Amino acid sequence: MMEPQQITPISVGDIVTKAEQAKKDGNRLVQIGCTKIGDDFEILYVYDKDYKLTNYRVTVKQEDEIPSISGVYFGAFVYENEIHDLYGIHVKGINIDFKGTFYKTAIKHPFSVTIVKEDDACQNK
Amino acid sequence: MSKQITIPFGPQHPVLPEPLHLDLVLEDEKVVDVIPTIGYVHRGLEKLVEKREYTEYVFIAERICGICSFIHSQTYVQGIEQIMGLEIPERAQYLRTIWSEYSRLHSHLLWLGCFADSMGFESVFMNAWRLREHILDDLEATTGGRVIQGVCKVGGVRRDIAPEKLDEMVKGLKGIEHELQDLTNVFLHDSSIQHRLKGIGVLSNDDAYYLGAVGPTARGSGVAIDIRETGYAAFGKINFKPVVEYDGDCYARCAVRAKEMFTSIDIIEQCAKKIPDGPVDMKVTGAPDGEYLSRAEQPRGEVIHYIKGNGKKNLVRHRVRTPTFTNIPPLVTLLKGCELADVPVIVLTIDPCIGCAER
Repeated sequence: MMEPQQITPISVGDIVTKAEQAKKDGNRLVQIGCTKIGDDFEILYVYDKDYKLTNYRVTVKQEDEIPSISGVYFGAFVYENEIHDLYGIHVKGINIDFKGTFYKTAIKHPFSVTIVKEDDACQNK
Repeated sequence: MSKQITIPFGPQHPVLPEPLHLDLVLEDEKVVDVIPTIGYVHRGLEKLVEKREYTEYVFIAERICGICSFIHSQTYVQGIEQIMGLEIPERAQYLRTIWSEYSRLHSHLLWLGCFADSMGFESVFMNAWRLREHILDDLEATTGGRVIQGVCKVGGVRRDIAPEKLDEMVKGLKGIEHELQDLTNVFLHDSSIQHRLKGIGVLSNDDAYYLGAVGPTARGSGVAIDIRETGYAAFGKINFKPVVEYDGDCYARCAVRAKEMFTSIDIIEQCAKKIPDGPVDMKVTGAPDGEYLSRAEQPRGEVIHYIKGNGKKNLVRHRVRTPTFTNIPPLVTLLKGCELADVPVIVLTIDPCIGCAER
């Protein structure tokens, strides 16, 4: 078995301070990912130092705005643009902001919709 | 100050097998800024977890990439097994380790061939791909597939390797090892290659770490991150040291990949000696209820499969952070300040896999 993992819930206001603290403690940014749970969106920030992960989770609504951590970790822009383009969550202050053109998708914010298996015509053939 | 002009690089370019676009802002011949663009072939594979049961989804996870396919399926099933609390048979762990190192060999040889070809070094290209055929033949003989193996499943693996075949594989690898040594010697000691790569595209240790570089891109800058050291699969029972170079330039990243092939051969040899007898899979019932960030070391670096289930057959979320995706910000930094003519070489030294990044 691999190592157990903990995820700490934080508020939107803590995103940047936690990122600053993570960098100060010598962590690298591993990833930022989003998951749609019902009407909410869970955003998971993952940092790593010496193979130990530190995970923070923020739960927001689609209309909420979250601050960018690209001022702390330059590389965060790829994840933040991805979250914006796939889920429609606005991220404020991204250092390289593609304004919705990072991914060229046929429909806008495709991951903000949950597909119900029964609704899929191909699956039910 | 010279007048700035912007030159588009890609998505169609002779050195790019897959679509990546860079807007290169130049002052004379010097790159002063870079804006990367991906998203030309985004497939939305992660979304398919909502339509496929978690056991079927292994086949989709494996098809994220056509090079490190096995490691994608391995990382995915590891995450599921962790959530479900499954202790899979030890023999299956060793077999996964062997196949993942075969994937690394095949990926690095593919890269070496493509890289040499991009520089006009055709003999290295031909010989690298000739040796790669040997690796693919072994993958095909043991799994049934050259590129997509389909051998990983939740609870173990679908096929075993007979002891005689394992011996034959190790002998075969030993047989090509000296050829590989000759090939990498020629490549790494050639004066024109060194002239083209040394001191070009330097990524500092701090930049590599804090910009999120992984794999040979990080290890070429002295950042010794190798997820195999966490001991997943059978790596915890194998002696190996990550290959690390410290110059941070194009040559260092190439040297890491070249030397890693010998580490992979050594790991496979150790596995063949230590692999225990026993079953290769176990019965699995139920569905995952929980979440986990499963990590593995792909040829290009750390891959993460975030898996979240709610006890039903369909997962709530499967999110993949691929090594190329996180190597894009370091690439932007690498390119700033370089000469326009060096851009293709620098891009290829991170071994970009857009298929992975556009999962």
